[in-house]
Amino acid sequence: MSEGDRRLIVGPFNRVEGDLEIRLDIRDGQVAEARVNSPLYRGFERMLPGKDPRDALTIVPRICGICSISQSAAAARALAMACSMAPTPQGERVAALIHAIENVIDHLTHFNLFFMPDFTRAPYAGRDWHGAAVARFTAMEGAAQRATLEARAALLHVVGMLAGKWPHTLAIQPGGVTRAPTARDQARILASLSAFRRHLEGVVFGAPLEEFIALTSTDALLNWQTGDAGLFLRIAADLGLARLGQGAGRYLSFGAYPLEGGHGFAPGLWRGGALAPLDTRGITEDLSHSWMLGPAAHPSQGVTDPDEEMRDSAYSWCKAPRLAGETMETGALARQVVDGHPLARDLAAQGGVLARVAARLLELARSQLLLEDLARGIRPEASFMSGPTTLRDGVGEGLVEAARGALGHWLRIERGRIAAYQIVAPTTWNFSPRDSAGAPGPVEAALAGVPVQPGEETPLAVQHVVRSFDPCMVCTVH
Amino acid sequence: MNVLWLQSAGCGGCTMSLLCAESPNVLDLLAGAGIRLLWHPALSVESGAEVRALLAAIEAGAVALDVLCVEGSIATGPRGTGRYQILSGTGMPMLDWLRRLAPLAGDVVAVGTCATYGGITTAGGNPSDAVGVQYDGARPGGALEAGFRARSGRRVINVAGCPTHPDWVTETLLLLAAGQLEETALDALGRPRFYADHLVHHGCSKNEFYEYKASARSLSEMGCMMEHLGCIGTQAVGDCNIRPWNGQGSCTRGGYPCINCTAPEFEEPRHSFTETPKIAGIPVGLPTDMPKAWFMALASLSKAATPERIARNATADRVEVPPTLRKPR
Repeated sequence: MSEGDRRLIVGPFNRVEGDLEIRLDIRDGQVAEARVNSPLYRGFERMLPGKDPRDALTIVPRICGICSISQSAAAARALAMACSMAPTPQGERVAALIHAIENVIDHLTHFNLFFMPDFTRAPYAGRDWHGAAVARFTAMEGAAQRATLEARAALLHVVGMLAGKWPHTLAIQPGGVTRAPTARDQARILASLSAFRRHLEGVVFGAPLEEFIALTSTDALLNWQTGDAGLFLRIAADLGLARLGQGAGRYLSFGAYPLEGGHGFAPGLWRGGALAPLDTRGITEDLSHSWMLGPAAHPSQGVTDPDEEMRDSAYSWCKAPRLAGETMETGALARQVVDGHPLARDLAAQGGVLARVAARLLELARSQLLLEDLARGIRPEASFMSGPTTLRDGVGEGLVEAARGALGHWLRIERGRIAAYQIVAPTTWNFSPRDSAGAPGPVEAALAGVPVQPGEETPLAVQHVVRSFDPCMVCTVH
Repeated sequence: MNVLWLQSAGCGGCTMSLLCAESPNVLDLLAGAGIRLLWHPALSVESGAEVRALLAAIEAGAVALDVLCVEGSIATGPRGTGRYQILSGTGMPMLDWLRRLAPLAGDVVAVGTCATYGGITTAGGNPSDAVGVQYDGARPGGALEAGFRARSGRRVINVAGCPTHPDWVTETLLLLAAGQLEETALDALGRPRFYADHLVHHGCSKNEFYEYKASARSLSEMGCMMEHLGCIGTQAVGDCNIRPWNGQGSCTRGGYPCINCTAPEFEEPRHSFTETPKIAGIPVGLPTDMPKAWFMALASLSKAATPERIARNATADRVEVPPTLRKPR
């Protein structure tokens, strides 16, 4: 190592969900190599075999307190496939509504509570936007933080009504949902959504949502001046966040909110600047740098066997998922790119911190419209649950989109018991360690080249990049 | 009152629930009571080296630690090392951090059923050998010994629930800040009695169905879920139906059974969570404090007396038969 070259261990890494540690090798004032460690193993995939398949619906939401409904929805879909049943269309609609609310509040929480507070830090004190950032986003004190918590809690009343509580509901079932909403419930839901729109338009965007959704280019986006979105975009332009932490441009979406007429946001891949069909048979989980034993395998054949020795050649409990041998980035940016929104497609050309955060804002706006459509389409006279089924033998694949991206559950049922259960979470993709070819995971790759200032122990630019992915580490290893 | 919040082996859901506190929001509520979060993994700006410096200052006695909140179970595996969870950036297992910090704390609050008793992290053979802070399931003695006492002289305060209701956590902290949480305010399992002296059954919106044992047969039906669908709200502690969740919710109001998530070992009920175990067709498990013979006698009598309205609505997913209107006199 020459002078100035050093190694940093960054942790505890907070304002991400769960435990994260990052090892950085710094050379010439920038990150030469990053290694991402998920330092917590709980072993959910080992808890499930032998259990009644229905019990997955109680256990898997508790993998994660922030993606709890996504875990429910993935399990319900995998179980439905395993016993060849489907939810009623209206049950599917209410499940989508509940799920979309979780994703929306996760985006709102991420932007206000997790991501923006970094711009209030002292090293930015000379910037002309710093005073505004401090007023809005100072941790635990900023005006935006308070307003966010109140809007979030109020919108979650819809989940309280339809699904009992958040997180950890048992309301989403293979056949639909456990509670049939009435016309009065529908009116209350629409009232809650109207109040939430008022928050988004008054505080987050400072303008009608439709105007933000109508943006088609990064240049137009950077001219957006109103609301907290405008403050972020001002900061992003000043700090060059568009070029910071760029990804490989390969995006994966399993498709969000399956409904009678198709998905709310389409499934697919974006690769080499073009759409490609999604074939989940090409997924493998590589274990070469994970503290896991066994060969690389498709999740339907995978095992979870922790390496108690924590061998030196590995550095994370996270497995390394690959699609056709390649890393994939997943999340709101991936969803909006695959769904074909012109702004997202333009942002994807750079695919850095700005792209990820702006795509989350875009999805927040678009999801509000989707939520309003879902709520207006509730037919209280309909059935919200298809008949009970017996789960004897079968295999299932449950694919959903959590706030942070593609979430898949693969299970096998034999003689009425779970025989195998494997989960690949969004942050398993994004925060994966290296694979047997030595290819780094998406965040590891995005961190290479990120500038580190002399004397920085917990480099700010690294924090921006990592948080731009909105990691959920408790889902990652599960 | 200085509070340090650590997340150990759990899902983070108790924090996510805490952020749902209302009237006022959680930030105003804590600040208004003089409660200062020294560091919280989801809320604080400090990251990495700044947090390590804070932990060092607490250990050196330079920063007073009034309350240590622990959310999540404590992984003791593999083979007792605790290395299934290293507190990132420190190279030291959370198990060891807890044992170092707990004796320095005025009080230790275990938040959620993972932290109190092990919880869902210990389900299915407990792959990470997880335990609660001061309990291993229902057995005293977890990551800390059964005899552990914080500086206040109190045992670990167990705010159980999966997740915890936001008010259970905030009110525990409010009472501590006000110096009003005495030993007698905790039940035999260390849970604050202000919510643990109630049963989930209290205020359940299905109470009329329960009175007649008018039962739902499958999820989405409106009837009582005790007989067939695994509901143990008559035995589970919690004020879930007295002060609702997220506005107006609760598990039973959402149409699914109470799974007794405030209790040790709820994660392994030895039957499916959504199916009531039966012997010779008779459900196993009695409402709390109910003599068996009386319960059987009353149940058969009330079942026979079930009004048509209640019987029909019990197996419907909405009110099919409204209450008969009484003619005004």
